[in-house]
Amino acid sequence: MRFEIYRFNPDVDSKPRMQSYDVEMEPTDRMLLDGLMRLKVQDDTFSFRRSCREGVCGSDAMNINGKNGLACITKLADLKEPVVIRPLPGLPVIRDLIVDMSQFFKQYHSIKPYVTNDTPAPEMERLQSPEDREELNGLYECILCACCTTSCPSFWWNPDKFVGPAGLLQAYRFIADTRDLATNERLDNLEDPYRLFRCHSIMNCVDVCPKNLNPTKAIGKIKDLLVKRAV
Amino acid sequence: MMGIAKRQFDAVVVGAGGSGLRAALQLSEANLKVAVLSKVFPTRSHTVAAQGGVSASLGNEEPDNWHWHMYDTVKGSDYLGDQDAIEYMCRKAPEVVVELEHYGMPFDRLDNGKIYQRPFGGHTSNYGERAVKRACAAADRTGHAMLHTLYQRNVRAHTQFFVEWMALDLIRNSQGDVLGVIALEMETGEVMMFQAKSTLLATGGAGRIYSASTNAFINTGDGLGMAARAGIPLEDMEFWQFHPTGVAGAGVLITEGVRGEGGFLLNKNGERFMERYAPTVKDLASRDVVSRAMATEIKEGRGAGKDGEFILLKLDHLGADVIDKRLPGIREIAKKFANVDPVKDPIPVVPTCHYQMGGIPTNVQGQVLAANALGKEVIVKGLYAAGECACVSVHGANRLGTNSLLDLLVFGKSAGEQVVKDIAADVASLPDLPSDYADKTMARLARLDSSKDGESVNEVGSEMRRTMQLHCGVFRFPDGLADGVEKMLKVGERVKSTFIKDKSKVFNTARIEAIELDNLVEVAMATMISAHARTESRGAHDRSDHPDRDDVNWMKHTLWFKENNRLEYKPVQLKPMTVESFEPKARVY
Repeated sequence: MRFEIYRFNPDVDSKPRMQSYDVEMEPTDRMLLDGLMRLKVQDDTFSFRRSCREGVCGSDAMNINGKNGLACITKLADLKEPVVIRPLPGLPVIRDLIVDMSQFFKQYHSIKPYVTNDTPAPEMERLQSPEDREELNGLYECILCACCTTSCPSFWWNPDKFVGPAGLLQAYRFIADTRDLATNERLDNLEDPYRLFRCHSIMNCVDVCPKNLNPTKAIGKIKDLLVKRAV
Repeated sequence: MMGIAKRQFDAVVVGAGGSGLRAALQLSEANLKVAVLSKVFPTRSHTVAAQGGVSASLGNEEPDNWHWHMYDTVKGSDYLGDQDAIEYMCRKAPEVVVELEHYGMPFDRLDNGKIYQRPFGGHTSNYGERAVKRACAAADRTGHAMLHTLYQRNVRAHTQFFVEWMALDLIRNSQGDVLGVIALEMETGEVMMFQAKSTLLATGGAGRIYSASTNAFINTGDGLGMAARAGIPLEDMEFWQFHPTGVAGAGVLITEGVRGEGGFLLNKNGERFMERYAPTVKDLASRDVVSRAMATEIKEGRGAGKDGEFILLKLDHLGADVIDKRLPGIREIAKKFANVDPVKDPIPVVPTCHYQMGGIPTNVQGQVLAANALGKEVIVKGLYAAGECACVSVHGANRLGTNSLLDLLVFGKSAGEQVVKDIAADVASLPDLPSDYADKTMARLARLDSSKDGESVNEVGSEMRRTMQLHCGVFRFPDGLADGVEKMLKVGERVKSTFIKDKSKVFNTARIEAIELDNLVEVAMATMISAHARTESRGAHDRSDHPDRDDVNWMKHTLWFKENNRLEYKPVQLKPMTVESFEPKARVY
């Protein structure tokens, strides 16, 4: 199978380059990650992150034939050759497919990603109805792979100011949680021309999310709450 | 040897999975100066892959109590678990699970608003009478939900993380006290000494010693390798859990929660064969029992598939609604990795290496235990371990499903509490580092950086994985184990001359993989040597030449020392903390 891979090692390269590889695959190779690991056996200088190989840890997000996705759950059979692999767009490249995710996590941290509830904790669990719990479905499953945020043009232009789809999805995850009592502070934190309102519903995020989550919908709900609060 | 940069902390936690994060929370909330080192971003740790649930006798839907949970765990361990530690864990379970809920864990709910609980293998009411709902679950993503919740709580507590730092070696002084760790920053290749009063290992398991594994690639036993090189024994390493339901060919985990929700296993004749092996709880017997039954069916020609190589996990009768609500991740995995939609067709599964019952010996407060010069067991000052890398021992010869997440919470917390206590009591300044403390580690790195040829990391690793798979699997044979020891000794030599082409400082993953292989080989060696020596069958260790449990000679824990592959043994603690002992008896499910 033929691959075209983005290569850059600041130790030796003055600028990035694309490198072609032909990799002999085995019948048991199912996913793109299997192919990349075979490639790494051929050339151990090729660098990328990977861990769970089943789509739950979020390590191996990359740009695959022009679209962001996880290598471990992208089927080789579905890929057109040569398979063109680049790092996630919009983040500084450290080496090869490894990007510096500091800005992405900074935005995630900026939404205060934890349940805030200063009332005294009961002896047993805080109660929540199955219906209220269901509100968290489609939100809590995010694996922080950054496929969505790094496919968003608004994030490319303003990575320091726009929270991005992943961060905003999580912002709504806590707003939607009946146990969280900080909705007002959370809305204050987002009521800003950049942090929330740079989302123009381009919906690249929805298109690429490997967990089939819908950040645009969550962002819409936050906007609705802001409108409701204003009247 | 040139000096390396040093930083000083009250405590260093190595690993940011469930137990590392739970411990770190305890330390941060006590306002200690803490460094948490992780070779991956915390939410990428392998806890994220746990699916089915975390056990606690909350009794939210039917009567339950910690005595029953304790009995199930002791029986599940095939009486090798220490009953004081098991009592401690089962009594603490409701407290730590409720605490996790307070942190924001998105547990599924019952109509009355309480945490949803499902049945799981080996968990019963009234001392083995019937299956009980004890596994607290967030769909089939319990580990993911738990890991993210614990990370989020640490963000709130301002825990200081060193992300993509890989710990290389423990540093001890001549008294044997642990003074911290040397670690490598992956992005820059820089090496630094993290000096601390307390060092807590929470590095997880080493399931990647086998070819077929449910484990993430990062599960390379780094803490165990570090401990072994520092002269600390590894306990009960012959006991590896083979999870009954890994996707055939891919190894990806399918939670026992599938059977908890009512799924069951079929052989090629469509027979629900677990009825023969475990008449009372059938498909919800302990994992060692189910895996052995499956392997027997396959061995005797009743496996499904072209070559009779797998077993079928049927769940279509649960209906699409239940599957989408309670097992949505499983449906995704089955479609992607087995090309079947479980709403219509059964999933092909095989027993797959999943969990390491053994590890670094500790007490219930996470303090690491080793032998002193006189051979007496003593606490290693400054060193703690929790989670899969530790052996308390609560899992003994076989762990019950959902007890692993519980282990992370209970012992992550207790180890954290002990560190806080010990640091408060220790007003002395940090002890001096020996002048040559970094030499061995730097020499190991220098060898990789300067070698011009040698063994391929991939080839040596493959030989180790093949050897473990072939010689130390579900069924073990005396000749196979003897050959396995010979082969592992050779692997142990070969790993000393691994070679990498990549000499770059910047994010050199080839170098990381070479260092990981060093650690894996320590664990594989400990496993093979310990398994070869244990001439009985107990829990996950099944020997053809000694098919029965031997409580007269083998009611004891193995301790493997790296030096000369020496083995020692220590008795199982049969006396619980406050209740009567559960006397060993035949295990029937």
